[in-house]
Amino acid sequence: MEALLALVIGVLTACGVYLALRGRTFPVVLGLTFLSYAVNLFLFAMGRLKIGAPPVIAQGAAGYADPLPQALVLTAIVISFGMTAFVIMLSLKARAELGNDHVDGRESS
Amino acid sequence: MLSLAWVVLIPYLGAALVAGVAHLGRLYSAWAAGLTTLASLALLLPEAPATFAGQTLVQRLPWLPQAGLDLAFRLDGLALLFALLILGIGLLIILYARYYLSERDSMGRFYAYLMLFMGAMLGIVLSENVIQLLVFWELTSLASFLLISYWQHRADARNGARMALAVTGAGGLCLLAGFVLLGEIVGSYELSAILAAGEAIRAHPWYAPTLILILLGVFTKSAQFPFHFWLPHAMAAPTPVSAYLHSATMVKAGVFLLARLFPALSGTWEWSHIVGGAGLATLLVGATIALFKHDLKGLLAYSTVSHLGLITTLFGIGTPLAAVAGVFHIINHATFKAGLFMAAGIIDHECGTRDMRRINGLWKYMPYTGTLAMVAAAAMAGVPLVNGFLSKEMFFAEAVSFATQMRFGWLLPLAVTVAGVFAVAYSVRFIHDVFFNGDPVDLPRTPHEPPRWMKVPVEVLVVLCLLVGIFPALTVQPILSVAAGAVLQAPLPAFDLAIWHSFSPALGMSVVALAGGLAVYAGRRPLFALAERSRGRLDAQRLYHALLNGLFALAGGLTRALDAGSLQRLVLLFVLSAIGLGVVGFLGADTPLRGERALLPVDGVSLLAALGLIAAAAAAVLLHRQRLTALIITGAVGLVVSLIFVKFSAPDLALTQLSVEVVTVILLLLALYFLPQTSPAESSRARRARDGLIALVAGGGTAALAWAVLTRPYESIAGFFLERSLPEGGGRNVVNVILVDFRGFDTLGEITVLALAGIGIYAMLERLALPGPTQDAQGRPWNWDAHPAIMASLTRLLLPLALLTAVFILLRGHNLPGGGFIAGLVTAVALIMQYLANGVAWTHARLPANFHPVIGAGLALALATGLASWAFDHPFLTSTFGHVHWPVVGSIELASAMAFDLGVYLVVVGATLLILVHLGLMHGASHSVPSEAERG
Repeated sequence: MEALLALVIGVLTACGVYLALRGRTFPVVLGLTFLSYAVNLFLFAMGRLKIGAPPVIAQGAAGYADPLPQALVLTAIVISFGMTAFVIMLSLKARAELGNDHVDGRESS
Repeated sequence: MLSLAWVVLIPYLGAALVAGVAHLGRLYSAWAAGLTTLASLALLLPEAPATFAGQTLVQRLPWLPQAGLDLAFRLDGLALLFALLILGIGLLIILYARYYLSERDSMGRFYAYLMLFMGAMLGIVLSENVIQLLVFWELTSLASFLLISYWQHRADARNGARMALAVTGAGGLCLLAGFVLLGEIVGSYELSAILAAGEAIRAHPWYAPTLILILLGVFTKSAQFPFHFWLPHAMAAPTPVSAYLHSATMVKAGVFLLARLFPALSGTWEWSHIVGGAGLATLLVGATIALFKHDLKGLLAYSTVSHLGLITTLFGIGTPLAAVAGVFHIINHATFKAGLFMAAGIIDHECGTRDMRRINGLWKYMPYTGTLAMVAAAAMAGVPLVNGFLSKEMFFAEAVSFATQMRFGWLLPLAVTVAGVFAVAYSVRFIHDVFFNGDPVDLPRTPHEPPRWMKVPVEVLVVLCLLVGIFPALTVQPILSVAAGAVLQAPLPAFDLAIWHSFSPALGMSVVALAGGLAVYAGRRPLFALAERSRGRLDAQRLYHALLNGLFALAGGLTRALDAGSLQRLVLLFVLSAIGLGVVGFLGADTPLRGERALLPVDGVSLLAALGLIAAAAAAVLLHRQRLTALIITGAVGLVVSLIFVKFSAPDLALTQLSVEVVTVILLLLALYFLPQTSPAESSRARRARDGLIALVAGGGTAALAWAVLTRPYESIAGFFLERSLPEGGGRNVVNVILVDFRGFDTLGEITVLALAGIGIYAMLERLALPGPTQDAQGRPWNWDAHPAIMASLTRLLLPLALLTAVFILLRGHNLPGGGFIAGLVTAVALIMQYLANGVAWTHARLPANFHPVIGAGLALALATGLASWAFDHPFLTSTFGHVHWPVVGSIELASAMAFDLGVYLVVVGATLLILVHLGLMHGASHSVPSEAERG
């Protein structure tokens, strides 16, 4: 299972990096979204994997997953949304001001 | 109780007061500043008798006790002397400036800055802790910057301010390093400990670097050669500022520190050579240049440089008697130089120029001011019966006694006599050129005596010069004794303040200086011609500019090399450096990639989900030019990510990811409407291959890293949270308790970031007009039937249900998966559904359109929850909880953290809706909705 998650994180990172290197704003924003997925999963993985042990205190629970990375990742997800929103608005603004959606504001790449 | 802290704090409060009353009228600021200074003085004076009795008062407040740092204030003789100078001369300056500033100048701004400076300067002299001293030290640099650039429209004021800040600021950084070393050597940052540890400090191997770093701070602040050049440029400031900061107080901060640390650092070869050498060079350079300045204030500025050099030389000589003379000259210089600057300001004010080649023969117009200026100038020259004579005599005497101890010692009396000659010459020039020497040349206005009260501050200072000069033992002796005692931290040497001692070498030097000075002034014309020819040859300023330009060029070059205006290139560099750093980490390790932790078995569903995610991600990359398709696939990937959270025991994360995913996809869909629907294929095949390779390496590296971590056992601090969540946080959902309680401060920061992002986006969207498409890629016209009836009615029915769910999630968050973040997102989704299904107009008629108050209320609530714990004497954001028994319903738990979570909820709802609704509003503005007829 660990190998599978590591593979998923790797694939998400690779897709994110490739898209972030594109020359138009929209693919770059999608790339950042992919990178956010990868980073959030990676941070979450720092607490190692446990199945069926949510960190909610209960009588007779066998064990709990590490709550700390979860708390960190929860806010990271929300902040990622804020960042994605900001970047996409920035790209709209750039489109309006510069007349095209190239990341450098120029048509030629 | 903590009277000293208040003495320092009151001017800061006064600054706010002064600025606050400025709109009432011009004079209110001046009165407020004066009364503030008096209040500070009134708190200081009751402590003075104990200081005169030889006691040292130390008051402290805990600051960072864990680091051994307290806010500590100290009042001894030296501190008292400086505090009295700062407050006393401050009062005179406030009175003077009220007449000096013209109608056009903002009084409120001037006095507010002046109060800021006064607080900072008092902070320096009253600090017991040297780190705290440094904070105030830097604050005086900032206040000085604001005051020099007070006339912001003038380029020379702006440049002078920047130069002063750069030089003294850089010196301040050196000083910080010196203080840290000093603290390391002594084991304490408190002056009491440092002053008692002189032996240990001087014997320590770090002594030389510590001394040099501290002296760099001292020399830059007190304008010692070769850092003296900023002071003449600071003369672009209004004259009250020059009189106060740049002659009487701030530039004395450097020599104050020499005096303060005298017992700890002095008495070594390094001390006497560096301090004495710099002081002597400054003394000579300042005195020589001063004579050739045609600008009144320029002459006084270089004279100040020279006198600061004199004081530094005295501390460099290092004998107890020299230190006494140094303190004495600090007092004398502050009085006569402040008076001279004020007189120069009056002359400038009355004549409209400061050029001594044009200002001549003013005696006819303003004899009274002339008399005052003459007494002060006599003190500057060191003429008997005025205070400057006494300390200069002591200086000459020290130079002579020092000379007998060294081989080339005789050079010192020679050098100081030469400096004395020039001091007399420029003092004579100041008086003769301005008040006599023919008639005024082409003055902009006809001068006359200034207003009565403008002369009062000068009178006070001149009377002091005379009183000290004639009756030193009656006037200055007590304060000088306690101040010098505090400097030495040892019994005072015997000294006798009298005008007449006997025929001594010092008296001879004084006579030579007076006669020589008159002779030099008489033969000034050829000297002036020589100075004109050699102007600009030797200029430390050039080095400063060369350094500054070099720094700018380096920064500019580096920026251009990295950022060629291309984001693609920048991202590439970033990814490559990340890969490079990662590879270095892998190469250095000799442990196997796989750790020894037991692995979880793979099940079929997980495998399928993972394969689906990988396929979807690959498809998104391959189809990324079809933007809508790529976006939908990305949404699907996000859903699988939330399933991963479900699988691995993170229900809160799954809920958050799920709701964020919905909001993100809606947001990107709305944005895509304004962007091209496809991306052109513009990268070359080689470039795509290169990017693909980089992406694969990055992905492979991350996967390897994740694998290495996941397969290793680890020690977690999770136990702490799991054990304490229920008894101390009152909640079973540990993730939520961490967010709103244990790490509440982080969460407060995060919701602030979210609020800022929302407001930033709002600002960007304001007045942004983008045309939306009227037909799709295939040329089919846009469907205007935006709000299908079935969807509209369904969402209206669903709204109460969705909101109820959100409230439920919010309330249970402390004990079961949920909480403010998730509930906020769910509420946002529920409301956005209304916008989507019913249109903006319909929804705005039923909902408030302004989300800023919601965000503000959320932040305020979260902050208030944190602050409330202060009311109960607990640290910020301490939480509490209890149980309330309702009839029928039963026992309900209430935690203060729930109020905090409600704040989180409001910020998330407000920010999310703010972003989406304003983007949605742009749709409405991007095209006018066609009328019924057009739609057919």
